[in-house]
Amino acid sequence: MTDTSVIEKPRSQWADVWAQFKTHKGAVAGLTVFVLLILFVTVGPFIWTKDPTFINPDAVQMIKTRNKPPSWEFPLGTDQLGRDMLARMMKGGQVSIAVGLVAMAISILLGTLVGVMAGYFRRLDGPLMRLTDLFLALPLLPLLLVMVMLFRDPLARAMGPEGGTFLLIVFAIGVTSWMQAARVVRGEVLALKEREFVLAARSIGTPSRRMILRHILPNVVSPIMVAATLGIASAIITESALSFLGLGFPPDFPTWGRLLFDGVDYIQQYPERVMWPGIAISLTVLSVNYIGDGLRDALDPRIRGR
Amino acid sequence: MKLKTALMGAVACMAMAPAAYAERGADGNVKVLYSQAVSIMNAYLSSGTKDVEVGSLVLEPLAGFDQDGNVIPRLVTEIPSVENGGISEDLTTITWKITPGLLWSDGTPVTAADAVFSYEYCTHPEGGCAQAARYEGIEKVEAVDDLTVKIIWTAPKPNPFTAFVGATSPILQKAQFAGCLGTAAPTCTEQNFKPVGTGPFMVTDFKVNDVVELAANPNYRDPAKPAFATMTVKGGGDAAGAARAVMETGEYDYAWNTQINPELQAQMEAGGKGKFVSAFGTLVERIEMNMTDPSSDLPEGERATAMHPHPFLSDIRVRKALSMAIDRNLLVEVGYGNAGRATCNLVPAPAIYASPNTDCIAQDMDGAKALLDEAGWLMGANGVREKDGKPLKVLYQTSVNAVRQDFQALIKGWWNELGVEVELKSIDGGVFFGGDPGSPDTFQKFYADVEMYANNFDGTDPEPYLAQYLCDKAPSPANGWQGENINRFCDPAYDALVAELATTRDMAKRGEIAIRLNEMLTKDSYVVVPLVDRGRLSAHSNTLGGVVLNTWDSELWNASDWFRIK
Repeated sequence: MTDTSVIEKPRSQWADVWAQFKTHKGAVAGLTVFVLLILFVTVGPFIWTKDPTFINPDAVQMIKTRNKPPSWEFPLGTDQLGRDMLARMMKGGQVSIAVGLVAMAISILLGTLVGVMAGYFRRLDGPLMRLTDLFLALPLLPLLLVMVMLFRDPLARAMGPEGGTFLLIVFAIGVTSWMQAARVVRGEVLALKEREFVLAARSIGTPSRRMILRHILPNVVSPIMVAATLGIASAIITESALSFLGLGFPPDFPTWGRLLFDGVDYIQQYPERVMWPGIAISLTVLSVNYIGDGLRDALDPRIRGR
Repeated sequence: MKLKTALMGAVACMAMAPAAYAERGADGNVKVLYSQAVSIMNAYLSSGTKDVEVGSLVLEPLAGFDQDGNVIPRLVTEIPSVENGGISEDLTTITWKITPGLLWSDGTPVTAADAVFSYEYCTHPEGGCAQAARYEGIEKVEAVDDLTVKIIWTAPKPNPFTAFVGATSPILQKAQFAGCLGTAAPTCTEQNFKPVGTGPFMVTDFKVNDVVELAANPNYRDPAKPAFATMTVKGGGDAAGAARAVMETGEYDYAWNTQINPELQAQMEAGGKGKFVSAFGTLVERIEMNMTDPSSDLPEGERATAMHPHPFLSDIRVRKALSMAIDRNLLVEVGYGNAGRATCNLVPAPAIYASPNTDCIAQDMDGAKALLDEAGWLMGANGVREKDGKPLKVLYQTSVNAVRQDFQALIKGWWNELGVEVELKSIDGGVFFGGDPGSPDTFQKFYADVEMYANNFDGTDPEPYLAQYLCDKAPSPANGWQGENINRFCDPAYDALVAELATTRDMAKRGEIAIRLNEMLTKDSYVVVPLVDRGRLSAHSNTLGGVVLNTWDSELWNASDWFRIK
């Protein structure tokens, strides 16, 4: 018996996802912007080598270079102490984006873990969700104050003031912002658990571990993605608030949030000083949101291919 | 020649005109803006500057302070002194003579009984008087006759101008407040909002935390004053908004406390509608050096206490070098503009207590480097000085405040140039100045090498302020970290001199000792490194005349002399 039909080359799932992702114009634009922003803050400082904290030691020169508008020498102008804004934006972006990504990763990890556990195991549901309520009810700022007070000195001694602060801040933001994700994930898991394919999997004896990893998690990726993209934005904003209260990085350590706060005093005279960090934060948040949107569509097999 | 004389005469006549033709109520209404709204007119029930100052338009003390810190008579004929017999030889009594014929705004005479009553009102054991400190050390206040008030102190009082002097200890009318003693004080709404006073104005309408309407007092002691028939004191907004209302829109004639950045000041002044006026009191922004070791390696309880002297700041050459590297004029230019001036003194005023020292004003980077070399701190490989293998590294903390962060960045730059590694830290003001013994971040605990903040003293006498630096006033675990000797400075000679100041009566001698004490802290030891003498900044429109800013008393102290420039 001869079969003449040609067997098609099997397509990988991720190629499918990428093909679908490419059709989402917003997502592609978002990805481009995000990659550009990351290049700006990582590769940028190697091209634009000015020191972001350099203040001209000559008083006369320093007075002359204060509050300059954009020019060839200072493409984004200078601040009230004559420091180059472009270099500060690059340096600030490294910190802000790193804080946003790492804090988001921590909070999503925690949120997904708690959400899946609570949704899948009936016995854990009560305790875990009460824990979530407890965290939601905790006043964020006093909690952060206590954490900073307890851990800043030992961490700073172990890893230097900047490394220690970074770890403390991403951890603090991470452990105080996972609750929304946990609630959303739990709801999704509860609904999924009753679906036929889960029942089928269970009837052939799939263990819980495999069940969660294979059948539940891939199906809750979209809400997690949405929560994650929003998380990056709020982590960047929370870091700014912490810096403002003096709980964040040392004051001469630029971050986008700090640049924004520093610029507020001069908003009337030099509006560009709040615009640069404002635009950068907005672009990051928007681009990450669009990437999330595109990823959700691409990861959903019901939408994919349509 | 004749023409010139005639012209000069004409000019002189015109200059005299406002004073010569002045008549009470001739200039209509004047509008004043306080960015913090007024909530009460009675200074005894509020520690808020805005309440005390607006209240001073109505309620007056026996004597006040002028713009130089001198005591001037208000309700009395002359200022008591040892020479005129008003102050007893042993400094235990002071006698005030009230001007005869003085009337309250309701037409009844002012008597010594009113003053005695004011003392009783503020020192009532059941009342919470906000200004009780003004009456400390008094044994008794008595009315010798209708117009003579005598204060008897419990101990000799070298500076007796506390009670009944200045806007924070005004005279209340006994007839009006008689039922308001002790716990009843805050419940007397009518009295607290519309007190009967002796000042140039009286309240006609009072809206809490909003607006106070005042009218000229018909019984004011100078029949030609005030020039304004009515005054409106509006409250609310912020410093920048208040400045704008005077300098840009011209809605108001006077705005209080318009502390804004120097560039915005210059921009607003260029508009030509008004001007900023500044006056300097005793508020000094300074860097304090820690004389004890704040290292976190030390166990809690020993950290930052006298048990462990600071590893390198206990060397005066290091402290002096750090001070020499600072360009104070640039700090003023960046942070305060007209509202600040560079200073080397902890006590910058009044004049008799201020040291003429200006050694620190000029920046001397080379001298500072040489001094560190001499002290054995030699330049290391990575631009940081080292001695015995230890890098010269300081932790520099202050509160969160835009100007202070700029100062930190600038000073860090200079110190880096000197070869000193600097780590900056900024702490929320509520925590830093909060004084909570459980927090490691308070300025008293001083878990840093250097810290920056501003402080001043109340009134015109610096004795209590200088006495803060006594050895036994250092904060430590033993006293719950309460203590004003933030640096843990300890010098027996200093302590002895403070004791001498406390028993010295002669003003000139007191001035000499105070200057000496100030120099022992600053130019002799560089334990306190003063940076900027910060002034008060207010704005008035170009059509308002007679404004003289005063930091020793109420800012509205001479509102009776204000007039409209036509």
